Amino acid sequence: MSQLIWDGLFVGSFYALIALGYSMVYGIIKLLNFAHGDIYMLGAFVGFAALTSLGGIPASLSIGALLVVMLVSMLLTGTAGVLIERLAYRPLRGAPRLAVLITAVGVSFSLEYGVSAIAGPNPRAFPIRLEGNVFSLLGARISLPQIILMLIAAVLMILLNFYVQKTSTGRAMRSIALDRNASLLMGINVNSVITRTFFIGSALAGAAGVMAGAYYGKIDFLMGFIIGLKAFTAAVIGGIGNIKGAMLGGLVLGFVEAFGAEWFGGQWRDVFAFAVLILFLTLRPTGILGERVTERV
Amino acid sequence: MSENVDTTLAPRMTRPPSSRLSRLFESRQLGWVALGIAVSAPFVIATPYALNVMTTAAIFVLLASGLNIVVGYCGLLDLGYIAFMAVGAYTSGIIAKAFDLPLIFTIPAVLVMTVLAGLIIGAPTLRLRSDYLAIVTLGFGEITRITANNLTVTGGPSGIFGIPGLLKIGDFDLQSPAVFYYVTVIIVAGFVLAAARLGRSRLGRAWRFVREDEDAAEAMGIHTYRVKLLAYIFGAIWGGFGGLLFAAHLSAVSPQSFIFLQSALVLMAVVLGGMGNMRGVVIGALVISLLPELLRDLAAYRYLAFGLLLIVVMVFRPQGFWPSLGYEPERRKPDIPDPAGATEASR
Amino acid sequence: MSAVLAVTDLQIAFGGVKAVDGLSFSVQEREIIAVIGPNGAGKTSAFNCITGFYKPTAGAVILGGKDITGKRPADIAAAGISRTFQNLRLFPDLTVLDNVRAGMHLYGGQNWADAIFHTPRFTRSEGAYTAEAHHWLDFVGYEGARGVPIRNLSYGQQKQVEIARALARKSGLLLLDEPAAGLNYAEKQGLLSLCRRIRDLGTAIVLIEHDMGLVMKLSERIVVMNFGRAIAEGTPAEVKLNQAVIEAYLGKDDEEVASHGDA
Repeated sequence: MSQLIWDGLFVGSFYALIALGYSMVYGIIKLLNFAHGDIYMLGAFVGFAALTSLGGIPASLSIGALLVVMLVSMLLTGTAGVLIERLAYRPLRGAPRLAVLITAVGVSFSLEYGVSAIAGPNPRAFPIRLEGNVFSLLGARISLPQIILMLIAAVLMILLNFYVQKTSTGRAMRSIALDRNASLLMGINVNSVITRTFFIGSALAGAAGVMAGAYYGKIDFLMGFIIGLKAFTAAVIGGIGNIKGAMLGGLVLGFVEAFGAEWFGGQWRDVFAFAVLILFLTLRPTGILGERVTERV
Repeated sequence: MSENVDTTLAPRMTRPPSSRLSRLFESRQLGWVALGIAVSAPFVIATPYALNVMTTAAIFVLLASGLNIVVGYCGLLDLGYIAFMAVGAYTSGIIAKAFDLPLIFTIPAVLVMTVLAGLIIGAPTLRLRSDYLAIVTLGFGEITRITANNLTVTGGPSGIFGIPGLLKIGDFDLQSPAVFYYVTVIIVAGFVLAAARLGRSRLGRAWRFVREDEDAAEAMGIHTYRVKLLAYIFGAIWGGFGGLLFAAHLSAVSPQSFIFLQSALVLMAVVLGGMGNMRGVVIGALVISLLPELLRDLAAYRYLAFGLLLIVVMVFRPQGFWPSLGYEPERRKPDIPDPAGATEASR
Repeated sequence: MSAVLAVTDLQIAFGGVKAVDGLSFSVQEREIIAVIGPNGAGKTSAFNCITGFYKPTAGAVILGGKDITGKRPADIAAAGISRTFQNLRLFPDLTVLDNVRAGMHLYGGQNWADAIFHTPRFTRSEGAYTAEAHHWLDFVGYEGARGVPIRNLSYGQQKQVEIARALARKSGLLLLDEPAAGLNYAEKQGLLSLCRRIRDLGTAIVLIEHDMGLVMKLSERIVVMNFGRAIAEGTPAEVKLNQAVIEAYLGKDDEEVASHGDA
């Protein structure tokens, strides 16, 4: 039981980290950035490339190297996110939703098969694996890497929350989410805020990608597809557009999956997650923390 | 009205196309030309490999024409369309194998199952906003594939094989490659024609009204939910028959054939060809399915190229390469002189 | 005369704001009624409640003796109300004729099998649809091209097509939301005579309008709304002199009221 809770918490914090980017972008420009999961994949591959170029790393330095590589990867995936917004999404602002969604599918496709063309279609082994002692706490087997990764995720989320709540850019983000035109009239540079949002969201996904690579030890060009879907599920569970909701949704989805896999068998894990998504979307599309939005005729 | 000049100044699509070439492309005979090409293709090249490629392309055209009903006509983004093909393929495969029936007798079961699948996927989700709908259909597509992968009745990861052929009477076997190709072409042509005709009917118009403005459509008495569900069901049937032909063609079905990549490729065919225009979609499907065969050296880059192409098309030419023109001949009462009527009569 | 439409105590609230707060009025057969009032008085919200786009929080909408309160828009349209929208809601990529055909969806006359097999029924009904579309375009005096996408049309032409589409619905009651907005003088004159011809078809009209000249000439009765409810109702002449109406439009001036009292 406590093992399930711990597993759910651990996986959930990954989902939360990726769901944040989904949710922030959606909250601000109502765009379902389909390629977000692939940014996570890109992050893992950037980390892979950086670590490979560094050569052999002694095990004692692996945490430090991981952090450095993570920063590099965040910088690059953040930039990639900004470029994607600039080249693919911005020209379509105001276009029908269908066109934007199809573009997002195109971006996702380009990222996946771009990486596949460069790095090859086969899975790659991540150069470092976090290893550490496993100890048990309240009956759950907990490993040191898990704790480290969760700590990193928690720190990133706390920083993000601070940024959104306390800085002027954060305030601008929140006001654009409420009313873009009014924000424009109030002198907020909407484009620059959207750029920053994409940067932050993509950087967080990139960080999650490096962490996943280091933890699971294996990366491939399609690894972002399912996780992107799940992050979206997490964002919806929490209330899409809501930052705290995305964190909460990630944890909830982590628990649901852990328990679902236990009860129904691991091969049904993904089915279970999508079923939760469909249930939420049909019964409570605003999520746990979302507010009701009335659409005007 | 003083603003009347507007219409004469607007250069695009205010009148039927004037050049002979574009008139040829819009003519009603084009479908026969396409069918003629499809029928004569084996006389040019009839290696087993070529026939295999051409049959696959024809099935792909059927899928694209079905997805065009959902995405092109009705404006609903379905990212899990291949699930309907999976339902059709597994239904026919399982039943035909279990009862040792020719596949052709599984048609009623395929119809029932795909309509059911359309209802199950459509009914709870079609009230959702369009972007949620897209991701839910994607989820359904994955659920279908994973379910097929996990169940024993579907043969698990290795799928089912040794599926009987379409029909065999004495020495006459529909399954020989050339014959099967022609059977496929005829079935696909029928479905494409049917989809195009649906698009030009009362129901087809209702789909377009829903796509353009759901509220306005409601105000005209159109039950938008019901109309959307119908688009889903028709799309599902088209996909199901694609699955049946697929099962007959390969005599095997496995979950790997129904990954998201396949849904995305069908979507690309629809989008690149020109959403809502059946001719464009057929061409789009042929390009997407045949181009990789012609450019085999670039295999590693083809999906990357497709993805980039999708972005470029959406940004610069969102209506696709061959969109529906958006004009119609004005068959007005004879007492009113009509310049458009003249071109209509000359056809 | 029997009431075509009876609205009683209609209410709708968005959050804490009561956009419509106890509106009551009725429409008789072949009557032209104008709903006027300052911006934000709740006129369009009332229209949206009547036609089912908003679910009223309280009150009743009775159409020809049948309760249609809170039904979905398509059912209300089928019951016999057609409408236009404040900002044009046409189908921009579709042709003029197709836009008008939208109003005829409920005529039926063919099903999907007819369409796939091109049965005689299909050919016949398509012919009827087209003839009918031309008829209504002629009726509203539309003179532009008819086979072209609607977005190529001028604003005035688009407004004409929207009315033609609503007329093709052939319902006993037509709701027009600011039909004259954005029209020039000649077009407004055309609208005036068009509304009278529509009434002569046996259709009652309720229109929201800000052009007082038009309202005074056209309507037989006027409902004045402010703060979500009807503050006055009567013939144009009565409404013109109504003190509450003057205050709603011009604001209450204490000094002027006081000086009136002195004299």
